Amino acid sequence: MEAIGIGVWGVPLAVFAGAIRVSTPFIFVSLGEAITERSGRINLGLEGTLVFGAMTAYAVAVVTLSPWLGVLAAMAVGACFGIIHGFICKFPKVNDIAIGIAMMQFGLGLAFFLGKPFIQPAAPRLPAIAFGAWSDLPQIQAALNINVLFLVGAALALVFWWASRNTRVGLILRVVGDSSDAARAMGLNPDTVRLFATAAGGALAAIGGAYLSLYYPGSWNEGISSGQGLMAVALVIFARWNPIGCSLAALLFGGAGALGPALQSVGVTKGYYLFYAAPYVLTLVIMIATSSPTRSLAGAPGALSITK
Amino acid sequence: MIIGEIRAPKSIPAVGIETVEMTMRFGSFTALDHVSIKVPAGTFHALLGENGAGKSTLVKCIMGFYHPTSGQLQVDGREVAIASPRDAATHGLGMVYQHFTLVPSLTGAENLVISRARVPTIINWPKEKKRLSAFMETMPFAIPLDRPVSALAAGEKQKLEIIKQLYLGRRFLVLDEPTSVLTPAEADDMLGLVRGMTERGELTVLMISHKFHEVTRFADAVSVLRRGRLSGAGRVSELSTADMAGMMIGDVKLAELDTRLPVSPHAAPVLAVKKVKAPDRTGLKPIEIDDLVVRSGEIVGIAGISGNGQKELSEVLAGQRGAEGAVIVKGRPYGATRLETRANNVRFIPEEPLNNACAQNMTVTENLAFRTFDLAKNGSDAIWLDARGMKKRAMALISEFKVKTASTASPIAALSGGNVQRAVLARELSGEVDLLIVSNPCFGLDFSAVAEIRARIMKVRNAGAAVLLMSEDLDELMEMSDRILVMSDGKLVYETPIREADVAVIGAHMAGHH
Repeated sequence: MEAIGIGVWGVPLAVFAGAIRVSTPFIFVSLGEAITERSGRINLGLEGTLVFGAMTAYAVAVVTLSPWLGVLAAMAVGACFGIIHGFICKFPKVNDIAIGIAMMQFGLGLAFFLGKPFIQPAAPRLPAIAFGAWSDLPQIQAALNINVLFLVGAALALVFWWASRNTRVGLILRVVGDSSDAARAMGLNPDTVRLFATAAGGALAAIGGAYLSLYYPGSWNEGISSGQGLMAVALVIFARWNPIGCSLAALLFGGAGALGPALQSVGVTKGYYLFYAAPYVLTLVIMIATSSPTRSLAGAPGALSITK
Repeated sequence: MIIGEIRAPKSIPAVGIETVEMTMRFGSFTALDHVSIKVPAGTFHALLGENGAGKSTLVKCIMGFYHPTSGQLQVDGREVAIASPRDAATHGLGMVYQHFTLVPSLTGAENLVISRARVPTIINWPKEKKRLSAFMETMPFAIPLDRPVSALAAGEKQKLEIIKQLYLGRRFLVLDEPTSVLTPAEADDMLGLVRGMTERGELTVLMISHKFHEVTRFADAVSVLRRGRLSGAGRVSELSTADMAGMMIGDVKLAELDTRLPVSPHAAPVLAVKKVKAPDRTGLKPIEIDDLVVRSGEIVGIAGISGNGQKELSEVLAGQRGAEGAVIVKGRPYGATRLETRANNVRFIPEEPLNNACAQNMTVTENLAFRTFDLAKNGSDAIWLDARGMKKRAMALISEFKVKTASTASPIAALSGGNVQRAVLARELSGEVDLLIVSNPCFGLDFSAVAEIRARIMKVRNAGAAVLLMSEDLDELMEMSDRILVMSDGKLVYETPIREADVAVIGAHMAGHH
């Protein structure tokens, strides 16, 4: 039995493969949210943006037969969602969290409404690179078949980390997020900076959606996201607004999410459903473990409405 | 001059300014009434005045935040039109605000570079660092630029604010109460260096202050505003402190402190804090109070720079922060519940009372009733609110404590800072008081309000209450306290009876040299 010859080693391998496969949308959504929150605003609507991005990418890919055009279209609508959020939040006494929840419901509803005709047809998938071609084991080949978007996401995390301290845009983003007053004293308009940051965040989150519908699971249906956009927000806080931390945390979540299927595949038949809940339990545990009633969060952008 | 370009400070001479008959009206209210002051290049000028006297209106007109109704501004003898802070900057005028405008999570170097008018898209840090250190060599201040601003001490932040203005090529600086968060030693150090720069002709300074000793020691000349008018001006060497105070407040009679009754050596301890340990706000370091006793009839002052654990201590005493160890009031453990507070006559005046001791949108009457609304006349729990009684009591307190309010039904947030403080004082000091915990009671208030509040606290002390006074204002502590303790880094590090208290020694302990 050569095919299952790696036995129990299949579990860590499957968790590794799962981490990479499942984490990609988390990476994009959390990077998008990190940029938005670094500018001092919270966009809870990214769940809606994610699902709407998934629908748009799938529909455009079905029609044009090009998955990459689908990704671009998703980015464009994601940016539009971000601009709507950023524009509404510009008005005084508007709460960004409430608008985010409204935008989330809006995005979900609109995606379900417009996406109905695209549940049946099949779209072309995004390409993956076979890093495992050197091996004879199909498990290893499958695990090392890595999607291009994952590599893009990982590279973006590094670029954002570098840019936040070495470019003008990065410094301006941090200034606005840390102190609206200081930003105004420098002649910057915090609302404009936040509008762009929210738009960029929306575009990134929509790429995560495109990955969902065009690669893994690779189809469009209404249950495609199951709250990943919301969990990514929690992940940003856990990662302390650090882009590299975001992608590491996303990998951790992805690995946890792959635990259930991996155990099932090696023949654990009892209780594996419990492991399906692992990412959610992990969210709770991490939030409890890293919060404290007696001290404030280190590294939080000062102008964020939850840290005031 | 292009402000994006950084030149060595010595190549830019100091800038002098003059306001001519400057007037500013907001509707029917005249905030500034024909004010003319002259600040020649290379001088250190002080601007004195009470809250609401028009000091900040004047500097905002100079800096281009406001457009004066009439009058003009001259820079280096030429009339200029300043429409915005950006215009002010191009003329070399800069301002250092009372609250810091540096971005806390950025390093000093990042703060300086990003504040420039022109920042390259990609910042070449090795080159910028080299230029910054060359610039810093021309400065009398030494500040580490590679640390986040949040990790700097208050004095260092204040110096960095000044450095930033000089880095941007500003050679006329408005300093708005620059020493309010500094220790006496830090303040002397900072002002001395700034004074040196003015003497060398590198800088002109207009300093808003209410500390006479700073004015007499560092300023060349002074202008005094009262109710929007220039009420006096002159060379500092020709004026006494009393002259300046007279110009500031006019002939208003200030409340005087009662004579201090002697503290009996056998006075009973009212508050005892034993081996209390609690996490501070960041959770990184604890505050530890080994032994703190306040006796009946004495004021114990706690000095310290803000952020050294005073706030946490007051939160522990108010029951807002969990702690190990024992807080004992009149011999019994005290947990700051409503019942214990009432049984022991403990009263509490936290800092920023509008945020910490009031419900902002509730009325003055309701806020004044917070201690008593749930008690019926016979002392049992009340079921129904006695609206008429509450109003009557509020009116009595308002007139007794001279709270200025449009009506008893106004929301308390509509009152001015001094009147909110008076209202809270009225609520906390009425009835019997055995223990009073006060935090920065006079912060940001004008002369007459300060004098009155201090007199009230002294009266409570003389009536036998134990008073714990936490303040960042060392002058206040020297005036009020019977004993002074210094808090630094979460611990009480020094104690002295008032007759042996020495500001220099206390300041050294505040700064952590112990």
